[in-house]
Formats: sequence, structure tokens, C-alpha cells
Amino acid sequence: MAQERSAVADPGIRIRTEVRAPQPDAGGGTGEHAIEMKDVNLSYGDNHVLHDISMDIDERMVTAFIGPSGCGKSTLLRCLNRMNDLIDNTRTTGSIRVKGQDIYAASTDVIEVRRRIGMVFQKSNPFPKSIYENVVYGLRIVGIRDKSTLNEACERSLRGAALWEEVKDRLHDSGLSLSGGQMQRLCIARAIAVEPEIVLMDEPCSALDPIATLKIEELIYSLKESYTIVIVTHNLQQAARVSDRTAFFWLGRLVEYGRTADMFTKPGEKLTEDYITGRFG
Amino acid sequence: MSTPASETPGTEQRPAEGALAAGPGTARIPGAAGGRRPPAAGAFATAVRRGDPYVWLTGSALGLSLLMIAGLVAVILANGLGFFWPRTVVRLTLQDGSVVQGEIVNREAIPRPGDPEAPEAYRIQVKVGNRDLLGYDFKWVDEADIAAREAPPDVFVVERREYGALIGTPSVLKAGDEVVAEGPEAVWAALRPLLDEAEDDREAIEEVEKDRIGEINHRIEQARLEERSIDMQAAGNPERDFSPERARVARVEEEAQADYRRAQEDLERLYEEAAATYVTFTTPGGEKELRTLDVFRAYPANRLGFFGRASIYAGRVWEFLADDPRESNTEGGIFPAIFGTVMMVIIMSIMAVPFGVLAALYLREYARQGALVRVVRIAVNNLAGVPSIVFGVFGLGFFVYFVGGGIDRLFFPEALPTPTYGTGGILWASLTLALLTVPVVIVAAEEALAAVPRSMREASLAAGATKFQTIWRVVLPAAAPGILTGLILAMARGAGEVAPLMITGVVKLAPNLPVDGFFPFLHLDRKFMHLGFHIYDVGFQSPNVEAAKPMVYTTTIFLLAIVVLLNLTAIVVRNRLRRKYQTSAF
Repeated sequence: MAQERSAVADPGIRIRTEVRAPQPDAGGGTGEHAIEMKDVNLSYGDNHVLHDISMDIDERMVTAFIGPSGCGKSTLLRCLNRMNDLIDNTRTTGSIRVKGQDIYAASTDVIEVRRRIGMVFQKSNPFPKSIYENVVYGLRIVGIRDKSTLNEACERSLRGAALWEEVKDRLHDSGLSLSGGQMQRLCIARAIAVEPEIVLMDEPCSALDPIATLKIEELIYSLKESYTIVIVTHNLQQAARVSDRTAFFWLGRLVEYGRTADMFTKPGEKLTEDYITGRFG
Repeated sequence: MSTPASETPGTEQRPAEGALAAGPGTARIPGAAGGRRPPAAGAFATAVRRGDPYVWLTGSALGLSLLMIAGLVAVILANGLGFFWPRTVVRLTLQDGSVVQGEIVNREAIPRPGDPEAPEAYRIQVKVGNRDLLGYDFKWVDEADIAAREAPPDVFVVERREYGALIGTPSVLKAGDEVVAEGPEAVWAALRPLLDEAEDDREAIEEVEKDRIGEINHRIEQARLEERSIDMQAAGNPERDFSPERARVARVEEEAQADYRRAQEDLERLYEEAAATYVTFTTPGGEKELRTLDVFRAYPANRLGFFGRASIYAGRVWEFLADDPRESNTEGGIFPAIFGTVMMVIIMSIMAVPFGVLAALYLREYARQGALVRVVRIAVNNLAGVPSIVFGVFGLGFFVYFVGGGIDRLFFPEALPTPTYGTGGILWASLTLALLTVPVVIVAAEEALAAVPRSMREASLAAGATKFQTIWRVVLPAAAPGILTGLILAMARGAGEVAPLMITGVVKLAPNLPVDGFFPFLHLDRKFMHLGFHIYDVGFQSPNVEAAKPMVYTTTIFLLAIVVLLNLTAIVVRNRLRRKYQTSAF
């Protein structure tokens, strides 16, 4: 046990900075890269949070970020749609390209980036508006007023989020009147209403009961037909169930990244193995 | 005032906690604990541990403040509400044979300085009315001096145009020089329809006096200003011929003068037709003949039943609310003051709330949270504590003299040296109060904005909204209830202020409301009346203190009622919004 711990406490030698290129699966994906990250570093003031992250995320696949609390996985996720801009004193270097466009370039419109990359949060956060208004929010803010367009988008997104059958008769009730799981699916509907290319999910099931979690997982599975999904999760079983690719982070570094099946059966790193077998974390 | 105190949840919970603690505590005593500690000290120590003394301390502090507020309200209500009730008129015959007739309004023990052994004696205050005949309208009478006391059935209380109430027995009713009726019964029977007629006549006269002549005066004034403006243009432009303009103005003025003469004739005719009947009353002070036109209300005080009195009460309350003041504010109503107060509070809110919310938005949403913002925040908080008179002086110097004077020079040069905006008015008073209350709004709005959860902003931004869209569509609606709380606090403070108003536009009498039928309908330059100032004026500047005293209380009731009503409206709106934008999810 003591030996294990000392091995864990000295990660410098064991961490590889180059990353295995994930092979496209036979079962899905387009073989293209949706996001390409190169040498991403991020610090909050003097606190260096992400160290030299380089990885590519495959299109139309589910990529899971796992790792212990504070390892930087959520921070990296928030880099992908520049949500970290909201926090004072953050400094990001390196490049993140979404379909070839550098989203941190000076000429990039951050609003445009966020429209292309939707996000679902850990705690479901519907607006205190009706279900309908929650879903069409992203359309309203770009100035769409046409009723039929909005109705159509609302139905499509709610169906996409597997919520339509449950709420179709009460679209004008408050979004806050739904149950926890329904609210999270409402947030997913809101994210996909603007038809983004990528959906980021930050621990979307951590506040939900197992049944609601199951529904969201099924939803994620069906959503990857049309969207590239990046999900941060603390639940390793969940990562194993829903994702095609898994990236393991530790202390702000990417330790290992590969096909989920490989990661959970024969991890390449001792650290990964320790984590997924529950020896620490 | 009492609402924040009663909303405090702590007071309701504390006793419950104490009761809860008492349960196991008392249950333990019969058990093994008995021998372990000395009973007296133990009881006290237990009480302290349970927190009983603190419950008593905090509870009694709250109780005391509630008691003081309840006492204040009770005093105001008791003194104010009884004022309109028609009392019995008594006729007192004194030992020396003189007669005092009137309503008993007060009774008190006669002070006996230096002689505590002297027998207890009382005196009563009688409202005798008839100021024109007696020279006074209240009289103190020692109870010991009273030989006989009766309530004569034929005595009437008359409210009239001048000199306050008349209390007497009607004797003769004349039409012109011809006697129509004699004796109280006959006169009262004949007088009743005449009083209704008199009311119609008064309305007709007032319509001519106030509306028609007011409109003509307005036209003449406009023509005069236009003439001056032509003069000024002519001085700067000697070549041009201004005679067509001058001719037009002269025509307008001539027409107005002709209208004025016609109105004057109509008025005289109305007076002639109406003034034909006279009623004579016999009083202890002598005979008094009144034109029926001048009689506003007359009633047989001692013959009225409960419902008769109640209907007079209701009529008097309505007059008080709806009429203009008379007799240097000691008679008539307070309508202009109510109107002025409400309008001022509304203008103040319209100015203060958007301004305060914008400032709070900058401080909370856009400014970089650093030392400078902290200093600004402290300064804003301190601004809320600056004495109101300081704001008043600033308002006078800045708004009235500087801004108002500037507006006059730019836009109303023809009226100078008579100031239009360069003198106190409802706009400047409202702006001064807005300045006074804007810190309150800023503080409340900032707190409300800070309470909007970060997750909601992130949701909006992640959906591709800009910062402004997020603020406009998500943050502001969610913060609206808190912002309205700020508005409530601001209104409560603004409606009660008097000092800054006294130097920025409030006057003792301004029957011309700031809203009327003449273009531009809203006259923000006008001086106005205010309930708070009215209380001060009636109570402390009145020539007739005794008559004014009940007016002070009744005016206070209505000022309190308006403040409560304005607050209740805002609270209802806030609660509705709060239900709509409830942010707690589950």
C-alpha cells in the first residue's frame, strides 16, 4: 500500500506528454477531428491549472474526461467554448481549433463559438421562464421571431432530448416545475435547439437519481448520431457505458487518452489503472 | 414601518426553540440529575444555557418597538377619525347668566399649582363656532360655573364659505325682501331644497370662475408672452416688419378680452340669480343673515339619528379628500396635497429607479471588482445617510438656479424676469428626492443582481447570448423583485420627506394641479402641495390653532395611508414577479 502511494505521489516520470492517436471505430464517427488542441496551458493568476494538453476529439463520438476532483477536466471543457473568459485573471495559451478555426484567435467571435458549441451544466439551470421559452432561448437571441420556426425548433429539440412526450401538453408551464431529470433534459434541449456542432456536458448526471441518469445516458447515446459530445464525469461506469473515447487527467495533465474499451480493459499507464480500479481518486 | 419588523422570522422561531429545549430539560429533572447540582443555581444556569434571557431580551425589544408604533397609530387614528363625526350641540347656561352653545370637544382637569388639597375640578372646551360674531370659536368653560346644560332640538350646525362653522337656530328665511318662512321647522323645510339649488349654483359659478376664466387667462398670458417674444426678435432684427405677427397677437388678445367680458357678465348673472335667498340664524352671539349660496351644509345636530350622522360623516370625509383647501387650509379638503404627493413620488420613482438600476448594473456586471469599486460602493452607502436638507440645498442651487435658470434663458426668454423653470417646481422637487433615494435603489439593485445565480448567467452565455442579452433577458428579470424592494424603500423614504421640498417647490396653497387641460397638460414647472408640508403648515403656521389641530391628525392619517398604499402596490407587484421568477429549483 505504502509503495503504491509513493508511486502515485511522484507522477513526473510516469506521465507521457505525447498521446496515442485514437483509431476510428468501426461503429461510428466520421474519422474527422472536431476539435484539435495543441499545448493548451491555463492559469488562474499564479495557479497553473492545465499543463500542455494536446489532444484531438473525434467528430460524432462521445469523449469522456475522467479524473479526480481538481484535475482540470472541467476547466479544459470550459476552454472549449471559452467559458473561462468569464473568470478574471485567467490566461490561456496554446491553440484550440474547432473544425480548423482557432477559437482563441483574436479575430474569433466568442459569441459565434458558443453558438457552435453548446453546453450542459452540472446543476441543471433552466431559466425561470416557460419550457417553450427555455428551449427557444438560443433562437430568440439571434433574433428569430417567426412562430412556426420557433415551434418547429422547440418540438425537434424536445424530441431530440427525449422530453417531448412528457411536456408537450404543458409547454407554457415554468421550466422550474419539472423534475430534476426533466430539467436536465430541458437544458440539453436548449443546448441542441441552436443546432451546435459540439455539445459539452459538465457532469450532467451528478445531481440526478439513477433512473434519470439512465435516461440521460440513453439520450447521449442517441445524440452522438448528430453531435460531437464531450462529457466530464466522475462516474467511471458512466464513462465506460456512454463514451467511445476516454481521456484521463491528473493534476492538470493529460495522462492517457484512447478508446474507452482499451482504457478500461488494458490501460497503458499505471496511474490510469490505479484510478479506474479505485485505488485512489 | 411595522412591516419589516413583523417580517423578521427570528422572533417566531426563538420561542419555539426555547420550548423545544424546555422539553428534555424538564424531563431530566425527576431522574438522576436531582442530586448532582444545587437547584437554584442550576435553574438559572439551565435557563441561560437554553437561551431564555436572550429570548426575553430580543422579544421585549421587538415588543417595545411594535408597542410604540401601535401607540402612535392609535393616537393619530383616535384624534383624526373622530373629527368628522357630527357631535351633539349643547347649550350651557352659566352661573352669571351668559349662554355658551356648541360642541364639546375636550375635557381636562384644571391644574392646581401649589394647592394639592384643592378639590378636583374639570373644565370643558366648547367649539362655539360663530367666529364672525364672537371673535373666537373655541371657549373653555369651568364645569363648576355651569348652571344648566341642555341639548336644544332646533339648533343647527352650518358649514359656510367664510368664518368657519355657525351654530344657531334658524329663524327667518327670506327671498329678496319677502319673508318665505318663519320658525325653525318651517325654515328647515323650506331651506333643504334651496341648499341643493345652492350647490348647483356654486358648481355653475365655479365652472365659469375656474375653467372658463382660467382658460381665458391662459390665452391672454400666451398672447402676452408671444408679444414679448416678437419684441425681442424685432430688437435683434430691425429691418424685418413684424406687423403681421403683431396684428395676429393683438387679434388673439382682443378675442380673449371679449370672451373675458362675456364670462364676467355670465358670472354676474349667475350671482344675481343665485343670491336671491337669505336665511337668518339666531345665536347666543346675535343674529346672522347668510346667503343660501354661501351655505355648504346645514344639519340639525341634535335631531340626527346614527345613520344621519354617518352620512354626514361620509360626506365630510369625501369633501376632505376631494376638495381644495379653504380658509388658509383650516377648512375644505386636501385634494391638491394628495395629488401633489402621489405625483411627486411617481416622478421620483420614474427618475430614480432606471438611474439606480443602470448604476448598479455597471457596478456589479461591468466594472472590474477592485479597490475603486469598493470605494464607490462605500460612497454610495454613505450618500444614503446624508441629511435630506443638504440634498434640498443642492437641489435649489443645482436644479432650480443652475439647470432651471439655464432652461429659462434658452427656451423661455420672453417670460423673464419671471422665472418658468428657474424657480421651485414639482420637477425639481422630484429630482431632488430622486437624488436622495437613488443610493437606496443602487444598494438594493446591486444586492438583487448579486443574488442572481451564476449558473443562470452561464446558461445564457453558453447558449450564445451576448453579455447585454444575458443581462436584459435573464439577469434583470430575475433581479426584478429585489429591485422593486429597493423601489419600496425609496418610496417610503421619499414620500415622507418634507425638508428638501420646502426649498425646491412645495407651497402652502396651489390649487392649480400640475396636470390640467391646457397644453402641454403636464406642467412640471408648477409649484405643488404636499401632505407632509401640509401637516407642518396647518399645524404650526395656522392662524387658528384650535381649528387646525384635528386637520393635522386627519392629514397625517391620509399621508400614512398613501405611503402604505404605494408600498402595498409595489409589494404586490414584487410578490407576483417573485412567483414568476422563482429561482430555487427544488
